[in-house]
Amino acid sequence: MTVTSDTPPTTQVGGVWEALRTVRDPELDADVVSLDFVASCSISDDGVAHVRLRLPTYFCAPNFAFLMVADAWDAVSQVPGLQDVDVELIDHFASDAINAGVAARAGFVTSMAGSEVGEAVSELDGLRRNFTERALMAGTDLVVRPLMAAGATPEQVVAMTLGEVPASADLRRLRERRRELDIPADDDAPLVVDPVGRTVGLEALPLHLRKARSYQVGVDANTSICRGQLAARYGL
Amino acid sequence: MYEKDGEKYFIVDSHMHYWDASPENWVEGAEQYAKGWIECFHAYQGLGPAETHQPIEEFQKVSEEQLMREEFEEGHVDVAIFQSTYLREWYKNGFNTTEQNGALFRKYPDKFRVNSRFDPRDGDAGMREFEKNVEEYRPLGVKLYTAEWNGESRGYKLTDPECYRFLERAQELGIRNIHVHKGPTIWPLDKDAFDVSDVDHAATDFQGLNFIVEHVGLPRIEDFCFMATQEPNVYAGLSVVTGGLMHARPRFHAKVMGELLFWVGEDKMLFGSDYNIWTPKWQVEGLVDWDFPEGHDYDDYPRLGTDGKKKILGLNAAKLYDIEVPAECQISAESSAPASPDDAELVDDRAVSQA
Repeated sequence: MTVTSDTPPTTQVGGVWEALRTVRDPELDADVVSLDFVASCSISDDGVAHVRLRLPTYFCAPNFAFLMVADAWDAVSQVPGLQDVDVELIDHFASDAINAGVAARAGFVTSMAGSEVGEAVSELDGLRRNFTERALMAGTDLVVRPLMAAGATPEQVVAMTLGEVPASADLRRLRERRRELDIPADDDAPLVVDPVGRTVGLEALPLHLRKARSYQVGVDANTSICRGQLAARYGL
Repeated sequence: MYEKDGEKYFIVDSHMHYWDASPENWVEGAEQYAKGWIECFHAYQGLGPAETHQPIEEFQKVSEEQLMREEFEEGHVDVAIFQSTYLREWYKNGFNTTEQNGALFRKYPDKFRVNSRFDPRDGDAGMREFEKNVEEYRPLGVKLYTAEWNGESRGYKLTDPECYRFLERAQELGIRNIHVHKGPTIWPLDKDAFDVSDVDHAATDFQGLNFIVEHVGLPRIEDFCFMATQEPNVYAGLSVVTGGLMHARPRFHAKVMGELLFWVGEDKMLFGSDYNIWTPKWQVEGLVDWDFPEGHDYDDYPRLGTDGKKKILGLNAAKLYDIEVPAECQISAESSAPASPDDAELVDDRAVSQA
């Protein structure tokens, strides 16, 4: 493979993969690379990045599919040295409408209008927000559960700041989701907040954490089913 | 009936099908959807034990002989409830219509109950078809697919005025159990087809009806749980939970069961195999043997004992469908009383942290 820019090709393809790692399935709160949704990724001789995305089923929800294809396009476009970007969703009932819509930067509503798939009546910002809020709840479970297992009392947990929690991948992710929701995520910000950023009092804490756990179990269960479907579909 | 360690379990498979997804039944011009649909179902089967996997050709349409064998002879099932699903946009004669299912019901009336269906968007003609089906098969339940496409429409909500009209009529006609598909598959666009808030409202407005949420609202299981805990007439339909997770991901299965036991409770959970995505045999045997795995991850979930398993595997559904249960499979009166009111108290304030 040769490319027109000065960047060595392997590094550049690596950059595309790296960019794809920032694209996530909002429902599963995991990135498309670790979910194995990237069927192929290459750079052709003319310097164009070609990314093929695949999903667990032919009927995966088109709204989420659209978000992932659009996000992949945006992320890969940031990789320096590329002449162009081509992201294609394969093996999906709405592939044509989604691919054409994303390539034309048309937005979800326009992309779906007149397609075989049907009409969409709203853009997807609300959906993204909704799932980021769920991710905040699920992430709260992942971060707080080990603290309590290690003996932290409810009184301590409600008084804790993010800076007091030992560093972990889960904590990093929780901070990211909070920033996406415009909820403070610095060291001095409270550890436990609800999806609109309000602190949670001692009395409300048990129910809050119980719910946070339910969200996390939901994410785990969905991820299991999606991974299983993908493996069955592509013989992974 | 299934017997293990001296305990007898009466088995009601509350969610199964007798479908025809063979190429002969695909609608011309919509073949890709008909094919995509059944392939998607087939991939689900892949989540069950390897020895139960079928080639796609067999999976598309099983014979009557095979269904009877896999449900009743090998599958331990006493009574199976057909959940009719139409999908006429892609399948010429429907995927599994009331009539298709009803033919088997006529032949083996002791083995089956056949649930009908309606689609409020079909208007008066749909109402007449529904009334005719009820008259013919005397169902106690219906299966509703709120995300099903119908002409220009991409789905409906139970709270749509047209749907209330059907629910009112269903109640007059003696229907008691509304099975609502809130789970994976079919294509919700921007409309949220997994949203269960319409069930919440309908369950409040129709206290005389029971609402069984099939597939427990996956992928939004938590929304379903927070809702079901508030509504005494809302039940959890376990199909997909058992079939899709118990074998493939036992630890996640245990957590989902834990959540359901905590929020919904063993009195309101119904086993369903989702045949012929998955056969009942391994699911029934697996649930009877099931317990939480070792480890503190599961400490705060309610335990499930033999009585609870009997309820989930058959007694709860038998109650909803007036199915007579032999005395040897019953459980004592005390243990059949509703459990754990304390759990319900905890969740009174559902406004808190609901994303």
